[in-house]
Amino acid sequence: MSEKEESIFTNPFLRWIDDRFPLSSLIKDHATEYYASKNFNIWYIFGVLSMVVLVIMILTGFFLTMNYKPSAKDAFDSVEYIMRSVEWGWLIRYMHSTGASFFFIVVYLHMFRAMLYGSYKKPRELIWILGMLLYFCLMAEAFFGYLLPWGNMSYWAGQVIVNLFGYIPFIGDTLTEWIRGDYFISDITLNRFFAFHVILLPLAIIGLVAAHILALHHVGSNNPDGIEIKEYKDDSGKPIDGVAFHPFHTSKDLVWITVFLIVYFAAVFYAPEMGGLFLEVDNFEPADPLKTPEHIVPSWYFTPYYAILRAVPNAALGAVFLVLAVLLFVFLPWLDRCPVKSIRYRGWQYKLALYVFVISFLALGYLGMQPATGVYVLLARIFTVTYFGFFLLMPFYTRYEKTKPVPERVIYKK
Amino acid sequence: MSKLDRRKFLSVATSVTSVIGGIFAITPFILSFQPSKKAKALGAAIKVDLSNLEVGSIIKVIYRGTPYYVVHRSEDMIERLKSSENDLRDPDSDLSVQPNFAKNEFRSMKPKYLVVEGVCTHLGCAPIEKFSIAPADMGPDWNGGFYCPCHGSKFDLSGRVYSGVPAPSNLRVPPHRFENDSILVVGENSGEANV
Amino acid sequence: MILNIKKLLLLSTLLFTSGLAISASSSSDNEINMEPISIDVSDKKSLQRGARNFFNYCAGCHSLKYMRYGEIAADLNISEEQLLNNLIFSNQTPQDIVTTNMSKEDGDRWFGKAPPDLTLVTRRKNPDYVYQFLKSFYQDKKSPTGVNNKIKDATSMPHVLWLVEEEMTSENYNQFLLDIVTFLEYAGDPTQEKRKSLGLWVLSFLFLFLVFSYALYKDIWREVK
Repeated sequence: MSEKEESIFTNPFLRWIDDRFPLSSLIKDHATEYYASKNFNIWYIFGVLSMVVLVIMILTGFFLTMNYKPSAKDAFDSVEYIMRSVEWGWLIRYMHSTGASFFFIVVYLHMFRAMLYGSYKKPRELIWILGMLLYFCLMAEAFFGYLLPWGNMSYWAGQVIVNLFGYIPFIGDTLTEWIRGDYFISDITLNRFFAFHVILLPLAIIGLVAAHILALHHVGSNNPDGIEIKEYKDDSGKPIDGVAFHPFHTSKDLVWITVFLIVYFAAVFYAPEMGGLFLEVDNFEPADPLKTPEHIVPSWYFTPYYAILRAVPNAALGAVFLVLAVLLFVFLPWLDRCPVKSIRYRGWQYKLALYVFVISFLALGYLGMQPATGVYVLLARIFTVTYFGFFLLMPFYTRYEKTKPVPERVIYKK
Repeated sequence: MSKLDRRKFLSVATSVTSVIGGIFAITPFILSFQPSKKAKALGAAIKVDLSNLEVGSIIKVIYRGTPYYVVHRSEDMIERLKSSENDLRDPDSDLSVQPNFAKNEFRSMKPKYLVVEGVCTHLGCAPIEKFSIAPADMGPDWNGGFYCPCHGSKFDLSGRVYSGVPAPSNLRVPPHRFENDSILVVGENSGEANV
Repeated sequence: MILNIKKLLLLSTLLFTSGLAISASSSSDNEINMEPISIDVSDKKSLQRGARNFFNYCAGCHSLKYMRYGEIAADLNISEEQLLNNLIFSNQTPQDIVTTNMSKEDGDRWFGKAPPDLTLVTRRKNPDYVYQFLKSFYQDKKSPTGVNNKIKDATSMPHVLWLVEEEMTSENYNQFLLDIVTFLEYAGDPTQEKRKSLGLWVLSFLFLFLVFSYALYKDIWREVK
């Protein structure tokens, strides 16, 4: 046992481990002696929930992989095989499809928390960047996964997105052929997307989650008041406004995880299709290159970006705007010039801008599901402008915000 | 209740409920390992049409991935069963696997039909049928039966293993029944019909 | 203005319901007077009648390739004898998949487009559509089959049920069709009844767990000022 730290265990087996592995120090640094603010509200649960959903997806995904066949000939039938013939296969499948949508609900709310409380600001920029990398990986994971059932919407949505790469000048066509591994989306494409979905991206996501949490714990969590709790410590060096992650935050998180599971399982058991949002109607027939669905729509969590893509009159430019729309998030720590972290103390400019952003995002999401005709096009263009305006004008409207005085200690009401 | 008692009670209650919940949650996953409905359907008992099986001939069928031999034994073949009994390792089928009705010299419920697993009890090769008496390749003492080409094990016309060969026991007899005189069902005993 | 829990819940409820409304309106086809029908997939009698109707009138051309006879019998409380006598008209066994003897090539040749498999028809269209389709045949001298369909123009399907429609009262014929649709709704998602009943237990258990975990949380946080 290193001289540095005392083992937290009395059990001799665990002390044996402690002499050979930093079990005690890990538990102390990341749970029992990791202090986070006592005034966390609902917005602080979504990071934990993301991890819960990740575990659910890996577990259900593993069991699905045991019965799914990644070939164009068998994929669609193998999904029905899982639904009907594998004992409890229907439950595992519905948990996975519902989980995919809930993953995005939870991750979007998690990202929004950072925008509310300035959790991306110094010294947490790297946590934010790692989080954005996670978001990109999640979107890729969802995209690759969506092709796997080889339904008609799977095929055509895959077709549209892969064709976007064709707009890159000079290398576009070669690139799309390289991605597909064939001249069209085929069995070869399906098999390689399967490999991405089952091994590469899950490993990347797990690694990034570990880095994300390590970076967080290195700096310490933010809180709804945007105050650094480490500035006020008691005699023993503990932040006065903090409580140990375990047992305080773990017990509180357990309650909210249960609430989440109630909502999640309500969807799994009573509305797994969610009116066509979680399981699209067109995907109940096999992929057919001769039969394009009436409206090709990506899954709901991609529709804001899809709306932006279609809003731009030029297809290639639209693709550029789509990429920018996602990338702009990364630059928030530097676009935002206000020294105050939490929205509770910021000026009306940011509050208004954030409302406009939320409405734009939701509106674009809705518009992305509609056909690109008539008034929908105009609205999509308007909201694309406001969406980009939120980011690009931010250095200007945040520099001169009339902020309220930030308290020195966190506000905690029992 | 003191503070510590209440804390303890609540911790225990929450932990026990989590464990129960965890067991409920993990159960469907574990059960999903079982053979699927498709596997059960494909592994259902098979019907063999015996009406074209001539006397002295053999049909080989596959049930659940394993070969099964059905032999239509002649009167003469049935007679010959007695003469080999001294050379058998287990003439009364005490050590081998068969349904109760097959624990006899015929190892079947109808002497004229033998139903055995085509898997040598030594290391699993498929024995070859050698029904003629004393052919050149089996020697003058051969009375008819099965010969395993892998390591030379020999079985009589009821699938009973001879002494002095590598195979330790008689060929297995599967559960089976006769729906009528010409339909054999391999995989189910009488009274066990499943949908 | 702070976004508190109440506003979050209100917002998410609005989003969920609008999501449902959006998708409900965008997934239906050809809205020609679609009176909503009500079917009950837990009604075993209706399912049995529907199965009988399907195998007598539809299975000649339409397969149910994701179902096995034996599974249908087990789910619908039909004995193997009843199954063999009433639902299987070929030499297939209960373990076999519900196939049709019409090959795809023949179907394409005879009808222009082979009759599709119907296992998932109520999931890719909705039950209302299937019901209305079956009800909407009318005479059309220009069509090769002599009939056309208001729901799907120039359909290759003949009006297979014309004699049934003639011989039954309107009410009975509607019930006849409803039974078929109920059976197809079952075929599209056979585990739905089990799923809904299990859901009740799962949610109840989670609520119970919520009570314990909430009490524990409150107890632990009591000392935090």
